[in-house]
Amino acid sequence: MPISIDHYVYLSTVLFCIGVMGVLLRRNAIVLLMCVELMLNAVNLLMAAFSTHFNDPSGQVFVFFIMVVAAAEVAVGLAILVMVYRHAKSVDIGLFNKLKG
Amino acid sequence: MIEILFYVLSFVSIVTGLMVVFAKSPIHSVLSLIVTFFAIAGQYILLNAQFLAIVHIIVYAGAIMVLFLFVLMLLNLNKEAEPNKDIAMKLAGVISASLLMVTLTGALHGSVVPEATLAVNTSNGLVKNLGQVLFKDFVVPFEISSLLFLAAMAGAVLLGKKHPSQITDSEIQKI
Amino acid sequence: MGKSLVGMVGSGVVLGSFILSVMAWMQVKESGAFEANAFTWLEVGSLHIEFGFLVDELSSLMMLIVTGIGFLIHVYSVGYMHDDVGFHKFFAYLNLFIFSMLLLVMGSNYLILFFGWEGVGLCSYLLIGFWYKNKEFGKAARKAFIMNRIGDLGLLIGMFMLFNEFGSLNYKDVLGAGLSSSYAITCICILFFIGAMGKSAQIPLYTWLPDAMAGPTPVSALIHAATMVTAGIYLVARSGVLYTASPDAMQLVMYVGLATATFAATIGLKQNDIKKVLAYSTVSQLGFMFVALGVGAYTTAMFHVTTHAFFKALLFLGSGSVIHAMGGEQDIRKMGGLKKYLPITHLTFLIGTLAIAGIPPLAGFFSKDEILTNTYYGGGSFVFIMLCITSVLTAIYMLRLYFLTFRGSFRGTREQEHHLHESPLSMTLPLIVLAILSVVGGFLGVPEWMEHKLGLHHTLNGWLGNVVHNAAHPAVTEMFEYTLLAVSIAILFILALAVRTFYISRKTLPEPDEEEIGIVKLLSHKYYIDELYDAIFVRPIQSLGTFLHDYIEKPVIDGLVNGFGRLSKSSGKLIRLLQTGNTEFYLLGMVLGIIVIFVLNFIM
Repeated sequence: MPISIDHYVYLSTVLFCIGVMGVLLRRNAIVLLMCVELMLNAVNLLMAAFSTHFNDPSGQVFVFFIMVVAAAEVAVGLAILVMVYRHAKSVDIGLFNKLKG
Repeated sequence: MIEILFYVLSFVSIVTGLMVVFAKSPIHSVLSLIVTFFAIAGQYILLNAQFLAIVHIIVYAGAIMVLFLFVLMLLNLNKEAEPNKDIAMKLAGVISASLLMVTLTGALHGSVVPEATLAVNTSNGLVKNLGQVLFKDFVVPFEISSLLFLAAMAGAVLLGKKHPSQITDSEIQKI
Repeated sequence: MGKSLVGMVGSGVVLGSFILSVMAWMQVKESGAFEANAFTWLEVGSLHIEFGFLVDELSSLMMLIVTGIGFLIHVYSVGYMHDDVGFHKFFAYLNLFIFSMLLLVMGSNYLILFFGWEGVGLCSYLLIGFWYKNKEFGKAARKAFIMNRIGDLGLLIGMFMLFNEFGSLNYKDVLGAGLSSSYAITCICILFFIGAMGKSAQIPLYTWLPDAMAGPTPVSALIHAATMVTAGIYLVARSGVLYTASPDAMQLVMYVGLATATFAATIGLKQNDIKKVLAYSTVSQLGFMFVALGVGAYTTAMFHVTTHAFFKALLFLGSGSVIHAMGGEQDIRKMGGLKKYLPITHLTFLIGTLAIAGIPPLAGFFSKDEILTNTYYGGGSFVFIMLCITSVLTAIYMLRLYFLTFRGSFRGTREQEHHLHESPLSMTLPLIVLAILSVVGGFLGVPEWMEHKLGLHHTLNGWLGNVVHNAAHPAVTEMFEYTLLAVSIAILFILALAVRTFYISRKTLPEPDEEEIGIVKLLSHKYYIDELYDAIFVRPIQSLGTFLHDYIEKPVIDGLVNGFGRLSKSSGKLIRLLQTGNTEFYLLGMVLGIIVIFVLNFIM
């Protein structure tokens, strides 16, 4: 195992934070969803790294499950976005302010 | 050799990740994200998780990203239609993201990862081993996740459909 | 349901319970007292309360009185309340009252007694305020309720102490144990007596009873004369063993009873409301009973309860008949000469008057004679003489009432005179029955000399002997008895003549309210006791209430409560602004929140 686990930890932290930054900066809801995918992948990478580190295949199985959830999320999320677009003719999250208190 | 590969892949994934965030056009974001996914798949191979890498490419790059592209094209959003946020909000976003990174790395820096107890088994990531684990230890979650998929599929279909009240008479006659 | 059906059901169930009471009485007579536990009511720590009933000689006597008189009064009410819109409600309340009263006398422990005690208090309140549309009547009802509550508190605390002392509230456990005089027992007895004061209208808690005459007359007869007010007597008689162990408490009972008897009798002399006279007479007679209890003559007190129930119910029902005929008029100054118009009422009322005045051989003579005899030996000469004077006063005000109401000439309006009529059968029948009982009731307890001469027995003494018995006193000399008899007959005869001369021959009338002077004014205003209570208790409490309302409630408590309301409202208004509806803002908040959590986690 030539590469230490720390490297993977830092790499996935960086990727995760890039995802967070994307979520905070962009207004396009589809790009937001993509950034969420990026964050999920950062976590997946960490899972796989630890799975290998501890020599335990469960970590990889968890990655599969996360993929399942992500795929379902994307399917539903995009369907919602399409609906929203039909209504508002835009996917700008700045317009979704109907929850104002 | 492996180290060089690791650094190259890391570099690629971080750069393309940043491109996802900063690309003006959503299409560019999608394409950058696909590259990121490929880089991450490369990391999986380095981690001896070969099957995972393949599935990753198929599911993410093959299915999910195609879905994204498809929706973008459907909605015709490939232009730079996105209005700019005000500068304060942007600054706040960048600052809080970097703060999060600093905090996380700071927190992780002090943490000690226990050493592996078992010898490295390179065959862990193979289909055979994963199948054994998946269908023995995780069979119930596996079945439940299939239900989740079903629900997601039904939900997506329902959401994507037009509401019955929105269908005009002419459309009905077409059917 | 139709009125006649309601009347039938209402009276029928009481008749049924009367029959059952007679059966229970016969069973007790044959095989002694019996106890039955329906179910366990409460079980808290060492407090174990059975919902149990004890039917012994004492309670079966009370059951007979309650259901017997109750039945007659129910029948009477069918006629009396016939035109009232609340007819149905009235019978419901009356039946509830009978139920509570039976529970009170049949319970096998003090808690059941208390249950019934509160139940009769409630019924009394409901029935006094039966015509609740009249504000004064509502006030009278509340007054009765509150005064009773003061007494009830005494009874309740007494029960706590009793439990503390004996670890049980069952009659069997408490009264069966051999008792020695102790401070705690004296306290318990006095507290029980405070309860009895409230229920049986003794000084200082008696003022509610005259006001309770606001209720319909059958209610006055049933609740405020014949049965409920005797609950206090029953309580003390039932706890006779305790009282015997505490001479101090008995002294208190005797003196309070004596004071009440005398005090109420003097007030009764100058009352002009037919029901008020009877009300004060009731208070006075209850005082007699307490004197009897105070000298340890428990069966004598129960004897007087019984005879008093007969003739007082009779008098009240008779007055109800008069009021009925007079179209609601209660002022005896406007009556007179009713003998002609109400023959049956007149006759029965006369019997009742003679009975309460103590003419032999009517019921009142025997029981009063027995009380006096017992007082002579047990209470000392002062008490004896005061009680004798009070008996004379009783005779005076009753005769005054009788003469002013039935003799002489009619003093009301022509309209009223035209309206005068004898009451229907449903009202006169109970009168007749009660009159017969008032005549023969006394033979339940004939004095000793008669036992020897006539071969009669003091049935009640023997009967109640298993539960309570009179304090022993030396055998009465026949000479004393004969003297008492002769003197009392002579005095009554003279009194009757005097009162007759005063009110009929000379046609002296009680003066109108505003012309009263001196002692007369004092008496007709009931010694200004109500005004005194008003000044001592009601006004200070009211002004305290006003003070608390103006200076504590409004600025402090209301301010606090409203302040909280305003605080949450304004803070809500402020926090609402955070919900901008802006998704980016939420996301930023979320990320910052995660950072804070991480930092906190890291620091700690």
